[in-house]
Amino acid sequence: MTSDSFLPGDVPPRRGMFGVRGTGDTSGYGRLVRRVEVPPAAARPYGGYADEVADELDIALRGGDIVWDDAIEKVVVDRGEITFFVRRERLREVAQRLRDEPVLRFEFCSGVSGVHYPDESGRELHAVYQLRSITHNRIIRLEVTAPDADPHIPSLVALYPTLDWHERETYDFFGIVFDGHPALTRIEMPDDWVGHPQRKDYPLGGIPVEYKGAEIDPPDERRAYG
Amino acid sequence: MTTGTEEAAEGRVYTLSGGDWDELVSDLGEAGEEHVVVNMGPQHPSTHGVLRLILELDGETVTEARCGVGYLHTGIEKNCEYRTYTQGVTFVTRADYLAPFYNEAAYCLAVERLLGIEEQVPDRASVVRVMLMELNRISSHLVALATGGLELGALTVMTAGFRERELVLDVFEMITGLRMNHGFIRPGGLAQDLPPGTVDKVRDVIKLLAKRLRDYENLLNENPIWLARTKGVGYLDLTGCIALGITGPVLRATGLPHDLRKSQPYCGYESYEFDTITMTGADAYDRYLIRVNEMKESLKIVEQCLDRLEPGPVMVEDKKIAWPAQLALGADGLGNSLDHIRKIMATSMEALIHHFKLVTEGFAVPAGQVYAAVESPRGELGCHMVSDGGTRPYRVHLRDPSFTNLQAVAAMCEGGLVADVIAAVASLDPVLGGVDR
Repeated sequence: MTSDSFLPGDVPPRRGMFGVRGTGDTSGYGRLVRRVEVPPAAARPYGGYADEVADELDIALRGGDIVWDDAIEKVVVDRGEITFFVRRERLREVAQRLRDEPVLRFEFCSGVSGVHYPDESGRELHAVYQLRSITHNRIIRLEVTAPDADPHIPSLVALYPTLDWHERETYDFFGIVFDGHPALTRIEMPDDWVGHPQRKDYPLGGIPVEYKGAEIDPPDERRAYG
Repeated sequence: MTTGTEEAAEGRVYTLSGGDWDELVSDLGEAGEEHVVVNMGPQHPSTHGVLRLILELDGETVTEARCGVGYLHTGIEKNCEYRTYTQGVTFVTRADYLAPFYNEAAYCLAVERLLGIEEQVPDRASVVRVMLMELNRISSHLVALATGGLELGALTVMTAGFRERELVLDVFEMITGLRMNHGFIRPGGLAQDLPPGTVDKVRDVIKLLAKRLRDYENLLNENPIWLARTKGVGYLDLTGCIALGITGPVLRATGLPHDLRKSQPYCGYESYEFDTITMTGADAYDRYLIRVNEMKESLKIVEQCLDRLEPGPVMVEDKKIAWPAQLALGADGLGNSLDHIRKIMATSMEALIHHFKLVTEGFAVPAGQVYAAVESPRGELGCHMVSDGGTRPYRVHLRDPSFTNLQAVAAMCEGGLVADVIAAVASLDPVLGGVDR
């Protein structure tokens, strides 16, 4: 895996088959190592309206004396969808321009969703925003990363008030702290809950189930296929 | 008179055990001017489910309204990460339980886009999906009307709404075997084909519904009590809707014809003829009108679906994705067809291996992420799905419209009366299964 193929997240190589680790596997399949192809960074032209959005965003950013590479880490075009990887220090400036520039006008935010990539060191936590322009009938995605050691991402509630609950949910489930959120509290889990349940290092928490005399392990402890 | 006050650590404590109300009120002195915080819900008949409303009241006027959610959180998104892509349908269908087909459709559209098989989904599967979704829109809007009516004291609306919904659920039961939580739409198509007699049954039901829907309008459109309870109540204008991310009937009640079926069509919606209903009052009454008229549009779409149902497959050709077995009714209920079992067990080792692999391991999905959105009865229902190249989703996130729309409660209710909170929340039509997931 090359160093820049960290999108959508750094995916570790898949090892083995049939979920067998260490002993018991005489088939040789246990030593299988398969690299996972993740969508690479896109080069111009992106295709569709992606180029126009990128051009206009570049112009708007330059108007605020922001260099493109300073704000946008990378652009990924995959399956007809465009993702701008935004550096978290510049997230507010980028979102502000995407919302306010008449040619961009992404006035509608469909919320933020967290993703946890424990193997992607230094950028374990991702926040993914879907922005929709009803005016121009377009949709784009912003992705922002933060390290586990410093899980801070600037809040966009001031720009998109709809993100109030979405950021609370992402904080609740992933522990991403949205700086500047008016009241960043848990929303789904009880206030005194310990941990952030949708992180990959948090167990599913199932219990064994008895079925016709046999005991079935909880889903996260069952043998899983590579 | 046994009313007394005492200073305690946490402030003044009032003890009350009978007595005269006048004395009690005068005893309270200026404290009577203070605001009262009332917890409405989570177990309350008129909060539309396990929704907790925290209302600060000045007399009958709401000065602050906040929502408490999370009482129905079941970890659907987390659970999906531990099951195959096909099994995930069974989980997401339970999120917004009044619109199960929309959850399934959004989820399956996301899987199909990740797999790159959107174009290969057979026409018949897409037509049936549209038909089921539109019937589902009717049943969901009927519950919105029924429970909304119930909460405002219109019991006839409630009984009638649930009666008509039952007609639609009978169709669902006939097609999928279940009234709710169907798990019928699968990545790549449908779990199985329509049973014989479906088309006639659906035609009968939509004929009957078209007639019954007129009854609602006759009953409510000019009803003075209904008008008094809903007109001008729960007002939220276009600016507020866009800022708060509100979609669906609430957004269309502000006059903006935003409908994903029109702007970002999926499942072939671009080829159906129907209108996007808009109103300009931006209040609870207009949202009611929109729902009634949307049901009529849905009937139009269902009719078009029935007309274009051609015989054909309902699952993609690719045997690496399509579920190997057809379901059949056996002595112990619905299950794998005996013919299929006989074939794989007795005559084809490879088919047996293939069946076993696909059912237990599932199919691998190339790494990447997508966001697929559908227009559910409540607005934009999106599914953000990330794959790491394995046979189980790396992350599934449902952007549920109820969750987002509930944020409007404060904007809609503050400054109004307590009774109007009920009407406003009912006009948002939140489904807590979708809110909490």
